Order: sequence, then C-alpha cells, then structure tokens
Amino acid sequence: MRARAGERWRARLVRLPPLIWLTAFFLVPFLITLKISLSDAATAMPPYLPVLDWQGGREGWASFLEALDFENYAVLWFDTFYRDAALSSLAYAGTASLVLVLFGTPLAYALARAPARLQTLLVALVVVPFWTSFLVRVYAWIAILKPEGLLNAGLLRLGLIARPLEILNTPAAVLIGLVYAYLPFMVLPLYAVMSRLDGSLREAAADLGAGPVRAFWSVTLPLAAPGIAAGALLCFIPMVGEFVIPDLLGGSDTLMLGRVLWSEFFSNRDWPLASAVAVLLLLIVIGPVLLFRGAGREAAR
Amino acid sequence: MSLFLRAVLGLGLAFLYAPILVLAAYSFNASRLVTVWGGFSTRWYAALLADGPLVAAAWVSLRVALASGAVATVLGTLAALALARHGRFRSRPLLVGLVFAPMVMPEVIVGLSLLLLFVGIGLDRGVGTLVIAHATFCTGFVAVVVGARLRGLDRSLEEAAADLGAGPVRVFATVTLPLLGPAVLAGFLLAFTLSLDDLVIASFVSGPGATTLPMRLYSQVRLGVNPEINAASTLLVLAVTLAVLGASHLSARR
Repeated sequence: MRARAGERWRARLVRLPPLIWLTAFFLVPFLITLKISLSDAATAMPPYLPVLDWQGGREGWASFLEALDFENYAVLWFDTFYRDAALSSLAYAGTASLVLVLFGTPLAYALARAPARLQTLLVALVVVPFWTSFLVRVYAWIAILKPEGLLNAGLLRLGLIARPLEILNTPAAVLIGLVYAYLPFMVLPLYAVMSRLDGSLREAAADLGAGPVRAFWSVTLPLAAPGIAAGALLCFIPMVGEFVIPDLLGGSDTLMLGRVLWSEFFSNRDWPLASAVAVLLLLIVIGPVLLFRGAGREAAR
Repeated sequence: MSLFLRAVLGLGLAFLYAPILVLAAYSFNASRLVTVWGGFSTRWYAALLADGPLVAAAWVSLRVALASGAVATVLGTLAALALARHGRFRSRPLLVGLVFAPMVMPEVIVGLSLLLLFVGIGLDRGVGTLVIAHATFCTGFVAVVVGARLRGLDRSLEEAAADLGAGPVRVFATVTLPLLGPAVLAGFLLAFTLSLDDLVIASFVSGPGATTLPMRLYSQVRLGVNPEINAASTLLVLAVTLAVLGASHLSARR
C-alpha cells in the first residue's frame, strides 16, 4: 500500500508543474480578459475601471460587480466596423483555407508518392520554411509584390503587362501571404496521413481498371479526408486572428480581427474593447478548435 | 512518379523557397534599390554589426529564447510523461486542453490576456515576462515532440531495470531519460526557434528596455524594404535552418 501511495505522489509531482503553470499563465489570463471586457476604459494605469478593491470587503465586491457591463459587446454588435472585421476575417481565413486544400492536397500526395530515398529530404525541405521566421517570410513578399517589385519588373520585361499591377496593399496580397505562410501547416499533417495509407488499395483500384485520377479520387481522397480536415482547421484557426500578414501586405482598409484588436490596444489604448474583441475572436475559433481535436483524433487512428 | 506529381512538387517547393532566396540574394546587393542589381557586396552585413539597437535586440532575443526554451522543455517533458504514462487521471482532459490549445490559439489573444495578467498582478514588464509568455506557448510543442518519442519507446528496458531492483527515480534517470534525450533536445531547439521568432506575443508582454529582434525588425519593416533588414533576415533564416536541421537530425536518431 505504501508503495502505491508513493507512486501516486510521484505521478502528481510529474503532472502538477505543467498543470499549474498553464493554468496560471493560460487559463487565468483568459478569465481576466473576460472580466476586463466587461469594464470601461479609463485614463489611468491600468487604463480600465472598475479595479477591484481587495480591502473593500463585501461592499468592495458589490460595487465592483455592479460596475461591470456589456457595453463593449454592444459596441461590437452595433458598430458595423467590428461586424465587418469579423466577417472579413472569416472570409479571408475561409478563402485561404480553401486554396490551401486545393494546393496542399496534391502537394502532400506528391510528397507521399515520391521515391522513398528522396522522401526524408523532401519533407525536410517543406519543414524548414515552417520554422523559418514568420515575419521574414511575410516581409520577403513586399519586395516581390510592390509596384516596382520583382513580379512587376518580370512581367513588364516579358511584355505581359503594360503598367505595373497594384498587388501590394490589396486583398490579393493578403491571400497570397496567408497561403504562403500556412502552406507547411496544411501539407505536413496531410502528408502524415497519406504516407501511412495502404498502397495495395490503390493498386487494387488500378487492377480493377481505374486510372490514376480515378484511383486518387475514389480511394486516396476519402481515406485522407480526416487529414485534409485537420490540416484545413490547423490553418484556419490561427489565420482568423492573423495580425502580421494583413498589417504588412494588406492596405489600410484591410479589416481583420487580429489587426483590429492590435490597434484598439496599441493605438487607441482601449484595453476593455480590445479584450472584448479577444473574447469575440475566441468565440469564433472555439468551434473549429473542438472540431480540430475530433479530426485530429480520427486522423491519428 | 507521374509527370504531374513531379510538376506539383517542383512548383510547391519553388513557391516555398523563391521569396526566401530572393531576400537572401538582395542582401548581397550593393545598391540600396530592390529592383536594381548594383553588384555583390557585404556592406549591409557590416552595417548590421554597427547597428547598436539591432545588436542589443538580438541579445535580448537570444537570452529570452534560451531561458524560455529551458522552462518549456522541462514543463513539456513532464506533460508528455504524464499524458503518455499515467493512464487516466482526473485532470487529464484539462491537461490535454491546456497543453494543446496554446499551439493553435491566435497569438493576439495569448499576448493580450497575458499582458492583462501581468498588469493585474503588478509584474514589471521586461525580459522576465517575455520568458514566462514564451515558455507558456512553447510547452505544447515540446510535449508533442517528446510524446511522439515516448510512445515509440520500448518499455521492456525500463521493466528490466525495475526487475533488477532500480527504484522508479533511478529507472527514469538511468534508462528513460537517456533514451528520451534526443527528443528532449529537439523539443528544446524547437521551443528556442519559436521564441526567437515571436513578434505578436512579445509586443504585448515586453516592456521598455526589452525590445526583441522581431520587434526591432518589425518597426523597421513598417518603414519599407531596406537592404539592412534583408541581411538581418538572411542571418535569422540561416540560424533557424541550422537549428531545425539539428533538431530533425536529433529526433531521427535511434
């Protein structure tokens, strides 16, 4: 009995540090954000009201709770600016996810079908940009897309266009940036699923007279569907709250929630409204996060 | 492999690498203009070293990445052990959620909520808060890398050690940890690179005097393309590539 009790304590010592750390620095901050989203902005430090008076006892708590309200959420709901930002975030992330599925699926399939001796190298080549500085990779596109940039210089020289195209600071540039930055996130989980598929099923389809396109369409694709769903969600979730890409590649009129939150916080110093935007963003991604866990579990099977 | 699949592969890799290669090429351009090639030069690299604030920011980033990488490695390894070895325990769903949610959560949410916590408890913002924030969002990545290795581990080795009379602590120190070593190191390198790369969370939680390299680069990038940033970016890409190659080499080792 004593040995079992000792084991239990050791197990607790193993799981408590990450549990306590992540509760303190991930879960509790959310609750604080939720609370501050119900506060009002103030010109003080911290710049919001009410601040709980710990010495105030029960009256302190009562007056604190009374001062909380849903004003910021009313702003989010009735001011079309925030509604448009939410809808356009969803549109950008949704469109980019679709493009990623269309482009990432054949790429992952090609990786999985590559000769075995090349596969490790090819996968490593896809992984490296995944870890390479996000900021740098987005920044690299500015030099390519701007009016006097490389893309326009090349197209002009080839005589394909008469005047430089306006791409930088348009929705097209934001989409290019999203697809580029998140492509490895799409390809890697998909490759993991496709490389484990049983090749004999494909051969059976071929033996039964299916061409490569038909075999891919009716055998590989249905089997890889959970991987496609997992990859698309893995991209969609962070893209909805993306800040760097719309900020650097989009125009001043590119509305995305991550950017709105950023400017409410840093430019307007309206912490409560920024918190409300964070809660809204969280509500938007929580569904996909739960779906992702389901899809991930199915893909792992 | 069919021609079509080869074309897809070539196109995909070209798309992934072209912008990075263009950036690296122009970091050696003697001309300040992006579209004009003015001959080969390393003047922008020399200019980098003379840029005091940039070098200072690089040092801050390096210190933060080392410290937060170490903390995340310990927490992530413990979390992986608990999830892989402890079967069902009451707080398991909570731990799973807490480990994996920070990996997909939009960074603006993590950054803002951590800042509100730090302000709420009156913690001065600086290197310390950066380390806490980075350790928090990197823990999950370490747990994934170490967890994958743990599941592939042959348990009979640990059982043999236990049969020979080694206590659980001794089994862990002399059998499990050495077997896990490469994955733990790989996890550390990944946490290190993630910390080195983070702009959004750092912008929220850092304070005066603790500007990280991405924060410094970002403030320059907003002013437009400039060859000095190309040089700094090329160095950053090189450092990260080496770390990733090291990590994948370590985690592939049996």
